[in-house]
Amino acid sequence: MDVIRSGAVELLTSEDVVRARQMVRAWMVELGFSLVDQTKMITAASELARNAVEYGGGGSVRFTAQKDGARTGLRLVFEDHGPGIPDIEMALKGGYSTGHGLGLGLSGSKRLVNEFELWSVPGQGTRVTVTRWR
Amino acid sequence: MDKIPILRMGRFLLVTIQVDMHDRLAMALQDDLTSRVVKDQAKGVLIDISSLEVVDSFMGRMLNNIAAMTRTLGAETVVVGMMPAVAITLVELGLSLENVHTALNADKGMALLTSRLEASLEAR
Amino acid sequence: MEPGRASKIPEILARSEKDILEEWLREQLAAITLRKDLLPEADLRRESAEFLLLFTKAISSDTPQDIATAVWGKVRDFLASLSRSRAALGFSPSETATFVFSLKQPLFVRLQEVHAKDAAALGAELWTITTVLDKLGVFTAETFLIAREGVIKRQQEEMLELSTPVVKVWDGILALPLIGTLDSSRTQIVMESLLKSIVDTGSEIAIIDITGVPAVDTLVAQHLLKTVAAARLMGAHCIISGIRPQIAQAMVHLGVAFGDIVTKATLADALAHAFRLAGLSVARRQA
Repeated sequence: MDVIRSGAVELLTSEDVVRARQMVRAWMVELGFSLVDQTKMITAASELARNAVEYGGGGSVRFTAQKDGARTGLRLVFEDHGPGIPDIEMALKGGYSTGHGLGLGLSGSKRLVNEFELWSVPGQGTRVTVTRWR
Repeated sequence: MDKIPILRMGRFLLVTIQVDMHDRLAMALQDDLTSRVVKDQAKGVLIDISSLEVVDSFMGRMLNNIAAMTRTLGAETVVVGMMPAVAITLVELGLSLENVHTALNADKGMALLTSRLEASLEAR
Repeated sequence: MEPGRASKIPEILARSEKDILEEWLREQLAAITLRKDLLPEADLRRESAEFLLLFTKAISSDTPQDIATAVWGKVRDFLASLSRSRAALGFSPSETATFVFSLKQPLFVRLQEVHAKDAAALGAELWTITTVLDKLGVFTAETFLIAREGVIKRQQEEMLELSTPVVKVWDGILALPLIGTLDSSRTQIVMESLLKSIVDTGSEIAIIDITGVPAVDTLVAQHLLKTVAAARLMGAHCIISGIRPQIAQAMVHLGVAFGDIVTKATLADALAHAFRLAGLSVARRQA
């Protein structure tokens, strides 16, 4: 696995969510992803960035463009030091009530990416790692 | 850009979303539209999203809310111009947008609003 | 090599570089697999000389046998670039790997001379050369295949784009007659093409006909359903036609639910339904 480039954006306000979306688009375009793939990744990033801002008390996202053999990929790591997710299984099933965007965003993002990893400990924070390959 | 402009065309209101909106702007649009529906006694709202490259769950819920609220105020909402990539992503996200009518473009959207208005007038 | 016995390989390479190069070239040129029509001898000589230089450096290092380490980096890069260019020239993977394997013979000959009195040392050194050159040969073949797969994939994508058959059957009515086996990626590309046509032509009705599709698995069925849902979100209706009884059965078995999607047995039925939806009727002319 070779790293082509990496970067980071802080996620504290709703404008940062917009900024994160635009940065994901720029990186996806540069890496040559198709329009549909771009849209899926940007949407997933939007969900996760918003979660970090709204439920995580603010956080950050790290970008890594990488090469693995013949395929190229973009990995995003969303991290916050917020309250964490008490019931990960339920969150991934989209089981939180509709008032809570958290569930839909989390389970939805999982379907929009090729690789999805979730780490969360109540009281410590949450880290979501998503990757798309082409 | 502080606010998204809302245009009036006869009994209908027109909104074109062209910028990548942050959440506060989206909430402001929701509020503005509902007050304008009351103020202008509008019978329909057309939201053009043909320039919108990303619709996430927040935006989707906003569109749904707008449609639900305007309906209780006597107006139907139609969303037009959704990009294929956006539609594919929304399906994957599992967002249903059940309150929202959709049409391929503004012409068809207006036709839909007009026919619904005529139907509701006849029903009285 | 056992500790205490120094490898003679670096010495051999340093001392007899020119001779080894000539013998190696002879081996390559003599191999039936070498394609003289594709690669001029001068180029082969240049490539071989460069490889020998890099190889000598790496095998004289502290990690002579582990080709994954940093000292072997330049060798790997050289071989990767070589296999890419050979792939582009039209060589096969084995023809390309021969470049590396044929270096064994000249080295074996000299090792035998140097270790004539020491069978154990000879054995160990032969083993070293064999493992290293085998690994490098395999590496070369693998990079070759990756490069070629990349080319094939691009060609496939281009072919698919050219062959996605969306037809306009009437104003506002599109038809997509699918033929042949559908795999997941082909279905995705075709469905995206349909949605794009819906926008480009402003057609509110699309008929997806699968009469010509022998079998539909869950993944393909899911793509179909997702496309219909996406079209609906955009403001268009899809009708699926040509579902044979076997496919219908298979779908039920797999638990695929069509819900409220309109399905018809034949394309003709679907067209009739589309006309109804569009508010059109077909009437016979009075003679």
